[in-house]
Amino acid sequence: MITETKPTIHEITATVNGTEHSLAVEPRLLLVHLLREKLALTGTHVGCDTTNCGACTVLVDGVPVKSCTYFAVQANGKAVTTVEGLADGAQLHPVQEGFKEEHGLQCGFCTPGMMLVSKALLEENPDPTEEEIRWAISGNICRCTGYQNIVKAVQWAAKNSKEAS
Amino acid sequence: MTAVEPEQKGWLGKSVKRKEDARFIAGRGNYIEDIKLPNMLYMSILRSPFAHATINSIDTSRAAELPGVVAVVTGELLAEHNLAWMPTLSGDTQAVLATDKVRMQGQEVACVVAEDPYIAHDALELIDVDYEPLPVITTPQAALEDTAPVIRDDKEGQADNKVYQWEAGDAEATEKAFAEADKVVRLVTHYPRCHPAPLECCGCVADVNPVTGKATIYMTSQAPHAHRTVFALVAGLPEQNIQIISPDIGGGFGNKVPVYPGYVVATAASLLLGRPVKWIEDRTGNLISTGFARDFYMDGELALKEDGTMTGLRVKMLSDQGYSFADAQPSKFKAGLFHIVTGSYDIPAAHVVTEGAYTNKAPGGVAYRCSFRVTEASYFIERLVQNAAYELGVDPAEFRRQNFIQPEQFPYTSATGFEYDSGNYEAALDQALERVGYKELREEQKQAREEGRLLGIGLASFTEVVGAGPSRNYDILGIKMFDSAELRVHPTGKAILKLGVKSQGQGHETTFAQIAAHELGIPPEDITVQEGDTDNTPYGLGTYASRSTPTAGAATVIAARKVREKAKKLAAHLLEASEDDLEWADDKFVVKGAPERAKTIQEIAFAAYTDHPEGMEAGLEATNYYDPPNMTYPFGTYAVVVEIDRGTGQWKVKKVVAVDDCGTRINPMIVEGQIMGGLTEGFGTAAMELITFDEDGNCIGSNFMDYLLPTAWETPAFELGETVTPSPHHPIGAKGVGESATVGSPAAFVNAVVDGLAHAGVRDLDMPLTPSKVWEALDKAGLAE
Repeated sequence: MITETKPTIHEITATVNGTEHSLAVEPRLLLVHLLREKLALTGTHVGCDTTNCGACTVLVDGVPVKSCTYFAVQANGKAVTTVEGLADGAQLHPVQEGFKEEHGLQCGFCTPGMMLVSKALLEENPDPTEEEIRWAISGNICRCTGYQNIVKAVQWAAKNSKEAS
Repeated sequence: MTAVEPEQKGWLGKSVKRKEDARFIAGRGNYIEDIKLPNMLYMSILRSPFAHATINSIDTSRAAELPGVVAVVTGELLAEHNLAWMPTLSGDTQAVLATDKVRMQGQEVACVVAEDPYIAHDALELIDVDYEPLPVITTPQAALEDTAPVIRDDKEGQADNKVYQWEAGDAEATEKAFAEADKVVRLVTHYPRCHPAPLECCGCVADVNPVTGKATIYMTSQAPHAHRTVFALVAGLPEQNIQIISPDIGGGFGNKVPVYPGYVVATAASLLLGRPVKWIEDRTGNLISTGFARDFYMDGELALKEDGTMTGLRVKMLSDQGYSFADAQPSKFKAGLFHIVTGSYDIPAAHVVTEGAYTNKAPGGVAYRCSFRVTEASYFIERLVQNAAYELGVDPAEFRRQNFIQPEQFPYTSATGFEYDSGNYEAALDQALERVGYKELREEQKQAREEGRLLGIGLASFTEVVGAGPSRNYDILGIKMFDSAELRVHPTGKAILKLGVKSQGQGHETTFAQIAAHELGIPPEDITVQEGDTDNTPYGLGTYASRSTPTAGAATVIAARKVREKAKKLAAHLLEASEDDLEWADDKFVVKGAPERAKTIQEIAFAAYTDHPEGMEAGLEATNYYDPPNMTYPFGTYAVVVEIDRGTGQWKVKKVVAVDDCGTRINPMIVEGQIMGGLTEGFGTAAMELITFDEDGNCIGSNFMDYLLPTAWETPAFELGETVTPSPHHPIGAKGVGESATVGSPAAFVNAVVDGLAHAGVRDLDMPLTPSKVWEALDKAGLAE
């Protein structure tokens, strides 16, 4: 039963792509809606509402989180990275370059989430096997590519990150 | 003479990196949910919990009182504006918002429009609907029983649940073939209901300007021009006042071809309220109410001579249409192009009888990554052919080879009336067998059986019919299925190419730029491809059924050649030469025998605006509406190897080889991407994807926890091969490829599992091949551990 009482508003502070934001949010506001509606970061997508597809994946303190089932208040005091925070100015992140070079995307809807889990994987494991890549991205669904080129994209990023460092 | 090969010139066959990727990898795509207009409202849909019920009353008063709610729309309100029902693309009707009854679970009953999306959702819970449940029909067989309640009692003259009856081929000749057959092999199978499930759901932002009356509707549309016409017909709005803009689309696969109630209500609400209204579907809404696919019951037989020659094919088909006939397919063909069921084989006589029935399920039967029921047809014949090979005691590969239509038989008229344009089926088969190591695998299979392991090798040698289509036979709601291109070269030699089709991930911005580049020598990066905006692109029927390259691709070539004709006149003027003395060389006109006297396309373009001869129109542009002379017929052979666990019924794919022939390949990288995506969707259909219903009509498969899609973990690796047999009637020989793998691969996966069990007599297994279903088959065959 919905009542007309005003919801509690929480003041939170979160760092999003390196910029600190102080925000007043309803407790039920989902992180994905905070990002998309309040911060106009529309690169994070909603695909399923139930944590299955991973289109909404962002990094919270470096860990992949499905932002469609994560309350904005849970991000209080934390650092959030979205697709918009991947590139360093005009310099693309190796994962972004890998997706382009290896044709790791078609419609582009799953791509932001895929790239963020790939980034998290490579930070933990700079030289993953194909099996490790497939496992790491298995919480994210792509309906277009059949994954083979996504695997290659992550391998490309791994190779080129090493060469760059 | 030296034996130097001429340098590979032009832009066909080059894996150009995609132009569209830059924005997607930066998170700067522009999908429907990203569109935000000033003063915008948000709409939510209340859906029926019942599959079949009478609506006694709808009380919206509590919802309307919730602060932030601007309006609650019901069917009653729409009926006042004659908008409670709308036409489907198959000429039937579908409720926009229910008035008298609900006829499926998830049917749209009321909509809330509010200042905030959360409030719009809250208010749905405050709407009180008094339903009186009615008996539910969930299968077409039950629907056709005499005692079945009539689902579409709203339709005048509809006294039963029959939707259509249709047939193709020659009944008499087929009867004769069967009477004279040495052997008849039968297959009864169900291609289950599945869902395209693009990762982005449907949605729209409708913005009807109260002052000008102009309706700008941003929507997830694979066919924006056709949708504009439907909107004009449904809403009675003047067509010039409707602009459909289809932004970046997060996958379509046929799901975004129909017009859905949400689009219509949002537009009506915007019209009534004078403010933009946004509707974004949730995943459950997408899975339970929008265009599903397949749900085809097929029962057919193959007539054979003792030596294995196929002499006849007959199939009876029954389709479950849900509560409305909304397939969105060419109007002449009620069961789509199912009559391509003779496939790759020279079968002299065939007869297909098809029937459709209404049930209390979602409407659709859309062509999910498929050219109008070609998937069901291909699945059927490829399953039947394998079973026939077992019954004859011959190798399934050799049995196919024996009966293939031969290269010299093209153009080949099939027993059901298709004129196949070109093909070389044996070449694709041979390559697939070679790549998969077929001979060795058969040995390995024998060895494995001796060791108690189950190895299966499945083949599918499919032929598709795509690229609808020639205007004499193909139309949707009377609109002929041509498509279009408008090419304009700017003064600086850059260009814009506007198309009537609409990409949903297929890479049109790159592929079509390459086609124009190939014809004109303007590099692809200098050509912008524009699609999806009906005010700014020529009329076309959109992207589905693998039709973009066969139709709009051809239109691009013709438009570019027209530009070149004019460029030749300009070049003659600039070079002070006769047109007859000029020849085209990649990107310039050259005076024959004087290669230093030349004008590049860029120089010519500049002259078209600055120095055109007297009497000639300024500018350099051309338009073409391409009416294809025939369909195109892509083909290939897929080979799948699986190992089946006798303890659990789980099957693991060990190898997939896909040899495709889609004629000329424009961008091989994109073509291969399409094939791998299609193989994965085919694998999903074969292994796990299922929309089913309980006896009360509750949809099982209403979210991604129940409707399973393959992830990277289950999805096998793919090995791709190619042969190239150009289409003789397409101006660059391309056939279209977006759907070959979804069409061809399900049979290959299922055939592989059946092949693993065939020695124990297993023939019939229906998709999806879940471990429990396979285990039951193992158990029955005495193979279970």
